[in-house]
Amino acid sequence: MRELTYSEAIREALAEEMARDPSVFLIGEDVGVFGGVFGVTQGLLDQFGEARVLDTPISESAIIGAALGAAMMGMRPVAEIMFGDFLPIAGDQIVNQLAKARYMSGGKANVPVTVRVTTGAPGSAAQQHSQSPEAWFMNVPGLKIVTPATPADAKGLLKSAIRGDDPVLFFEHKMLYAERGDVPPDPDFLVPFGEARLAREGAHITVVAIGGMLRHALRAADQLAEEGIQLEVIDPRTLVPFDLETVVRSIEKTGRLIIAHEAHKRCGAGAEIAALIAEEALDWLDAPIVRVAAKNVPIPYAPALEQYVLPSAEDIVAAAHKLALPLRIR
Amino acid sequence: MITDLTGLTPELLREMYRRMVLVREFELRAIAERRIGLIPGFIHASIGQEASAVGVGMAMRPEDVFTSTHRGHGHLISKGGDVARMMAELAARATGYCGGRGGSLHIADFALGSLGANGIVAGGIPMAVGAALAFAMRGEERVAVSFFGDGAANQGAFHEALNLAGLWKLPVVFVCENNLYGEGTPQHKQAPLADLALRARSYAFPGVIVDGNDAPSVYRAASEALERARHGLGPTLLECKTYRWHGHYEGDPQVYKPTGEQQEWQARCPIVRLGAALVTAGVATEADLEAIREAVRAELDEAVAFARQSPQPQPDEALMGVYAETHGGKVF
Ligand SMILES: Cc1ncc(C[n+]2csc(CCOP(=O)(O)OP(=O)(O)O)c2C)c(N)n1
Ligand SMILES: [Mg+2]
Repeated sequence: MRELTYSEAIREALAEEMARDPSVFLIGEDVGVFGGVFGVTQGLLDQFGEARVLDTPISESAIIGAALGAAMMGMRPVAEIMFGDFLPIAGDQIVNQLAKARYMSGGKANVPVTVRVTTGAPGSAAQQHSQSPEAWFMNVPGLKIVTPATPADAKGLLKSAIRGDDPVLFFEHKMLYAERGDVPPDPDFLVPFGEARLAREGAHITVVAIGGMLRHALRAADQLAEEGIQLEVIDPRTLVPFDLETVVRSIEKTGRLIIAHEAHKRCGAGAEIAALIAEEALDWLDAPIVRVAAKNVPIPYAPALEQYVLPSAEDIVAAAHKLALPLRIR
Repeated sequence: MITDLTGLTPELLREMYRRMVLVREFELRAIAERRIGLIPGFIHASIGQEASAVGVGMAMRPEDVFTSTHRGHGHLISKGGDVARMMAELAARATGYCGGRGGSLHIADFALGSLGANGIVAGGIPMAVGAALAFAMRGEERVAVSFFGDGAANQGAFHEALNLAGLWKLPVVFVCENNLYGEGTPQHKQAPLADLALRARSYAFPGVIVDGNDAPSVYRAASEALERARHGLGPTLLECKTYRWHGHYEGDPQVYKPTGEQQEWQARCPIVRLGAALVTAGVATEADLEAIREAVRAELDEAVAFARQSPQPQPDEALMGVYAETHGGKVF
């Protein structure tokens, strides 16, 4: 093992898959000469050349559509959409074409398209550059939704996405790019979809922490441990498919559930997870499910407003305190 | 390059010079203030492109409206924007144009006709067509202007909006500020033609190319396009050839610019050029110009002081203003 940043882990996954399979190529805005607005694809143009690292015009719809068409003809494109906020510009190509191509063609179309896209608020980027749109697409059957929270998962999940034959929306949280962590050097290191990771064991409250919220959940867990409240932190890693079993197993132990995500609360991924738990594991719950999420307003520019709207480690601590109250009574 | 001042009054020319200096100094000041922590968000500077914004802005009538971009400070200032409220918005203060909610990317001033800057490339173009539609439906002699970059001309929204405007002969002027780059990718790697004005032909209205570093030329071309639109003759696509001196955003290392290119364009500084033309024509003396620059700097000192002294918005104000009606709080 060696330490890499989340950003380096993604770059390594891209380079390894491009070296391994000549049908893998990159397509997106400023992915080549500029090296990606967040620097993730730096050096790949030099390594693989212009024929496989394609800088495009500012044309999100054409980027996704071209990736889809090339995939149907046997290529394995990795498209980049700079900000998740811009996904709706390619809305038809994602929702009506990419997601449905396999099903509506009766299985004739193979759709190995990976869409790398950034998510989350980087701080004072305001309404159109701060959103977390994962759940917009969870309601669209045909798409797989991946939310890596660590460098190792970023690498292993991205490789699984590229090697897989289904369209994947791969959400990279902007605030995680500089995070460091151990990453296995094995070029065949893959993280399978639909397997959550137990990020921290604990007896009292289960926290399902998505993407950028994982680090906040772990910080909250450290803080609460000092008071004797143990959080069990689960990183689902993929939202579609979702590893319900791991969450249920944890709730059987804790009886309490917090779901934390940076997306807005209303109809965020937490709504679906809470519904699944209500359907499958209500009997195990000793307290209402609590969602820690962004408030239902657009993400504001001013730091004072933005911090008020976005969920934080402190919000997880407060939610845990609320749930821990009956614990103490017992 | 000769700057032709024909048909422009001395007052207008001096004001043109003042507004260009105000745009330049506003941005330089904002960049400096950002470095020392007053401004939390990104800044996309239009330094080097002041002539296209001011030439068009001054040709518009007060009742005309416009949509702007991420590089939009000049558009608003050119139509009379209040630099104190702009600076306060950049500084995320309650007194800013949007109460600190939007920042540089989202400044709007409906009273002055600004329907908003925009964080989405080409996001404002269809909206301008809609504003023009409203004017046409009500028989008003008003024009909508849409500012956008060369990169935006490759978006579906650009083509759909121009087609609709051409089809319905709407009173709209499309102003493409071609600064040769979309972020880090040069224009020639984004479109198979250098003159984006040619695209107007597909939508059956005129495409006009103008030296975007020459404010009087821009002013005359914009005036003509605005008059055409106002008199029911339909849209124009006005392409202003210019260059962005700074990075895409402040902090961009600009590795993608070939050596020498920027120096060449800086030698064609739109402000220096207009100033020189004014002096040569006897419209202003060097001392007059210095007095204008001095006054602009004083105005910006006040703007910065205003921003600094202004309060931050109250955190829970974030919850307000999402909807016109909140149904007793039930929309949350
Ligand atoms: C739909 C969309 N795609 C990508 C971006 C990221 N982005 C912001 S500005 C920009 C370049 C725009 O180029 P151009 O239209 O020429 O305007 P300029 O920046 O040169 O003024 C890009 C790619 C965005 N904001 N919106
Ligand atoms: Mg440009």
